[in-house]
Amino acid sequence: MTTQNDWISVCSDDDLVLNSGVCALVNDKEVAIFKMKTGSEDKVFAVSNWDPFGKANVLYRGLVGSVDGAEVIIAPLYKQRYNLTTGQCLDDESVKLTVYPVRVEQDKVLLQSAG
Amino acid sequence: MSSSVNIGSAQKMRIVVVGNGMVGHHFVDQLIQENAADNDTQLEVVVLSAEPRLAYDRVHLSEYFSGKTADELALTTPEYYQEHNIQFELSAKVVNINKLAKSVTTESGDVFEYDKLVLSTGSYPFVPPIPGNDQPHCLVYRTIEDLEDISASAAVSKVGVVVGGGLLGLEAANALKEAGLQTHVVEFAPQLMAVQVDGGGGRLLRSKIEALGVQVHTQKATQSIEAGDTCRYKMCFADGEVLETDMILFSAGIRPSDALAREFDLEIGERGGIVIDDQCLTSDKDIYAIGECALWNNFIYGLVAPGYTMARAAASHIVGGDLTFQGADMSTKLKLMGVEVGSIGDAHARTEGALCYTYENQPEEVYKKIVVDAEGKKLLGSVLIGDTSDYDTLLQYALNDIELPEKPESLILPAGAGDAPGLGADALPDTATICSCHNVSKGDIIEAVDQGACDVGSVKGCTKAATGCGGCAALLKSVVDSELEKRGVEVKKDICEHFAYSRQELFHLVKVGSIKSFDELVEKHGQGLGCEICKPAVGSIMASVWNDFILKPDHVSLQDTNDTYLGNMQKDGTYSIIPRIPGGEITPEKLIVIGEVGRDYKLYTKITGGQRIDLFGAKVEQLPEIWEKLINAGFETGHAYAKSLRTVKSCVGSTWCRYGVQDSVGQAIDLENRYKGLRAPHKIKFAVSGCTRECAEAQSKDIGVIATENGWNLYVCGNGGMKPRHADLFATDLDDETLVKYIDRVLMFYVRTADRLQRTSVWMENLEGGLEYLKQVVIEDSLGLGEELEAQMQNVVDTYQCEWKTAIENEQSRKRFRRFVNSDKSDLNIVFVEERDQIRPATEEEKKKLQAQSIEDADQLATEVV
Ligand code: SRM
Ligand SMILES: Cc1cc2nc3c(=O)[nH]c(=O)nc-3n(C[C@H](O)[C@H](O)[C@H](O)COP(=O)(O)OP(=O)(O)OC[C@H]3O[C@@H](n4cnc5c(N)ncnc54)[C@H](O)[C@@H]3O)c2cc1C
Ligand code: SF4
Ligand code: FES
Repeated sequence: MTTQNDWISVCSDDDLVLNSGVCALVNDKEVAIFKMKTGSEDKVFAVSNWDPFGKANVLYRGLVGSVDGAEVIIAPLYKQRYNLTTGQCLDDESVKLTVYPVRVEQDKVLLQSAG
Repeated sequence: MSSSVNIGSAQKMRIVVVGNGMVGHHFVDQLIQENAADNDTQLEVVVLSAEPRLAYDRVHLSEYFSGKTADELALTTPEYYQEHNIQFELSAKVVNINKLAKSVTTESGDVFEYDKLVLSTGSYPFVPPIPGNDQPHCLVYRTIEDLEDISASAAVSKVGVVVGGGLLGLEAANALKEAGLQTHVVEFAPQLMAVQVDGGGGRLLRSKIEALGVQVHTQKATQSIEAGDTCRYKMCFADGEVLETDMILFSAGIRPSDALAREFDLEIGERGGIVIDDQCLTSDKDIYAIGECALWNNFIYGLVAPGYTMARAAASHIVGGDLTFQGADMSTKLKLMGVEVGSIGDAHARTEGALCYTYENQPEEVYKKIVVDAEGKKLLGSVLIGDTSDYDTLLQYALNDIELPEKPESLILPAGAGDAPGLGADALPDTATICSCHNVSKGDIIEAVDQGACDVGSVKGCTKAATGCGGCAALLKSVVDSELEKRGVEVKKDICEHFAYSRQELFHLVKVGSIKSFDELVEKHGQGLGCEICKPAVGSIMASVWNDFILKPDHVSLQDTNDTYLGNMQKDGTYSIIPRIPGGEITPEKLIVIGEVGRDYKLYTKITGGQRIDLFGAKVEQLPEIWEKLINAGFETGHAYAKSLRTVKSCVGSTWCRYGVQDSVGQAIDLENRYKGLRAPHKIKFAVSGCTRECAEAQSKDIGVIATENGWNLYVCGNGGMKPRHADLFATDLDDETLVKYIDRVLMFYVRTADRLQRTSVWMENLEGGLEYLKQVVIEDSLGLGEELEAQMQNVVDTYQCEWKTAIENEQSRKRFRRFVNSDKSDLNIVFVEERDQIRPATEEEKKKLQAQSIEDADQLATEVV
């Protein structure tokens, strides 16, 4: 189903802000990247930056948090919550964000983007 | 198992379902549950669908235009059907029923035998027999394919007409308007939504819809559709008038798809519809009909909820259960193009002896009517336009025959005029329907609570209440809470899932435990990673107690986004900039600087309601540079984004005004400079008037100060906004020092004890002992807290810093304003157009138009207007 994509280096780990988001432009797509401290380890997530309700490119400026233990991003304009691992909107089951595989390796933030 | 196939299939009951619309699918879903629940009655199910896809959500069909895909609208998937052994054929229209052989035949000649046959063939749009109605751009609105045709036609059209001003017609008109067409609605009756709404409501509805740019033509009978002069077609009306249009959408009602029943001798109603009984059986005891094709008690139900109830009744009958269909309520509440419309029961007062009460507020465009019985005891119906906030209460009165209050009009009069008795959960009988989507009564909820569900979430889980349209969520919560309280269960006041404390308790924990970061607080007293409720609340508490720099790494992730970026995010993701202008006093030099900044960055400029100037349309990456310019000219942040002191409004006072008795401007500036930066549970506003004429409107503020011959009168806890409250007179003829002392104490006491997002007005309303108690605490120092409160305020005053100044001086925080971490580009979705010589965000329509031109063109246009 999925085609094999290359990992693209988008920025350095330093560019990320702990427990908050930044935005990267990857193949002309806006990607919101979040770094969160969960327990002792830091986790990194990447989802599409487009807010389907607010209709603006703003998700990286939302608050991060958790719902029932799962990491979420809360849209800054109208406060919908999205599961960062699946992209699923928790307030409207028909809405889902695109999730991008992402990892940090030797201080580089690497992202896999389709197309 | 394979050896016993014959015996097995002999025992199985074979059910053929014709039509896989919303109701047909719901029926199949019931059977799947039956199969899962009880292995004795194994059912073999065959679904024959005329459409090329399985069931989808027709109710939300219009969302296809706002970007939803067919997949997203789907109610099920082929995999799901396969997994549950549901055999299905797509594009398989049934054309023949053989009642003797008990079989049906599809268009392509395939024959399927049945033990039980279920017709869920729905309905089709009625197209009035007008000559010319079969031309290429004459369309209907029912299926996904219809919508694809409409999109294609809209793309090559400028003007669109919807024939029919009912509920669906207006929804279709909205779709055309969204698609950028100049839109008209043509209605045969004298008003819109004639079924649900009365004449008065119809008039208001019409004017609201016309205000949105849709032209409405009532009492128009179309006689022919001919070739147009300026558009593709010309509609010719009976009154001789004509209307030019490029496309026509028929939405003139629906007709039951009862052709099969007609042809193969099932009983049909006079005006169509397959006749069914309470079990949903037709005149043949092995054939059922459900949904919009069925006629029960001489009535066709054109809504999905009654169809679902029929599906459950039929499924129940097939497996020997006793659910029946007993009719359904057709009340509706909806939002059409942003206009709220509600209709309950006998909206037209057709019941004999019915009496009406009507409330119409033309300036606010609200129309409300209730219809009561001759004795004035029961509510028969209602029409609500422009404000449906009373709908839930009224519906409960109507559905449960609850006796009306002595003055029924109090139910629709604005609060204050009569005391509108809200219908508490306790007033409802157990039979009251709380959730109509899933048919959950108050009794069902009580049962769930009795069986151990002890919060709204678990009641939702076991009853499904509030999981459909969601409209009943508030009512559900009040029923659950009231039932829990009755059982002696304490209803939790926890701020959220991460902290089992109220804001006041958290404040205490932070202060007493000297806790300086969110992480520390969660570790000691909470769980998880926080959310949009607790994080800003804790951020605000930390600021009130410790007053650290708000963008300090420990705190930055706590702030609501407006605080993080030190500006208010606007609808398109740009920000507004409001520099502080203490007391509203500003020098011409500073005005010029604001003017220059506005001009150089092409910002929209407006005087705010708080005596200062707002600059809109700044992109996130421009903020530091713009603020740098303002700060260099002597401005500070105005905290318009923060839950903190906003403005201290002033009147000109004794310096100039012939009546002024004190220098109100001087006082306002001093107060603003003292309390600027104070973080609080909600925003705080002050005003100072120079005499009793009160030109600064101080009595509508959290803190109001009015000059007297002898000093100042202090007013507290006023509010403008959503629910205005006059401030209370707190103390009179104060000197400057006492005035400040009292304000310190009042505000700090508020900061400590209020709930999150509670303005001083609401705090006062909830404060036990009220004004007198506050006076004791502040003036008589009854708690012995006075000095502590003052000291805490002094600490906030002494540690004040302009956050914007600190932010631009700090490389790390400046970095936060980069738009992309890996590119210097800008957000291409931010597009402005000009209006009244200034910029404003482009609407979706305008953006679509710009995008329709080639990308290059769009780029150029966007840069031209930016
Ligand atoms: C800009 C301004 C409108 C204008 O163009 O004049 C405005 C704009 C907003 N107001 Fe206001 N209010 C503005 C004066 C007012 C006033 C008038 C006044 O202050 O004299 C009121 C009524 C007085 C009062 O607060 O009691 C007012 C009552 C509200 C309310 C209702 C508060 C309430 O307690 O009922 C909200 C909603 C809220 O805070 O939850 C609100 C919320 C907002 C928000 C923050 C809505 C939002 O979340 O986007 C708007 C921010 C826009 C922005 O980016 O700046 N605004 N707002 C005014 C800014 C004043 C300033 O210089 O800071
Ligand atoms: C735009 C729009 C908005 C709506 N909004 C609302 C709303 O807000 N609230 C609400 O309650 N209702 C709303 N409705 C009405 C709601 O969609 C219907 O009540 C519901 O879909 C009826 O379900 P049904 O299964 O009876 O019929 P349908 O959903 O019409 O399904 C019938 C199916 O049977 C198929 N069929 C017909 N004849 C045959 C045959 N001979 N062989 C095989 N298949 C056949 C049809 O192709 C169709 O797929 C709306 C409808 C539309 C079009
Ligand atoms: S009144 Fe409403 S729309 Fe106007 S500025 Fe205030 S919040 Fe915004
Ligand atoms: S009424 Fe729609 S979910 Fe309850």
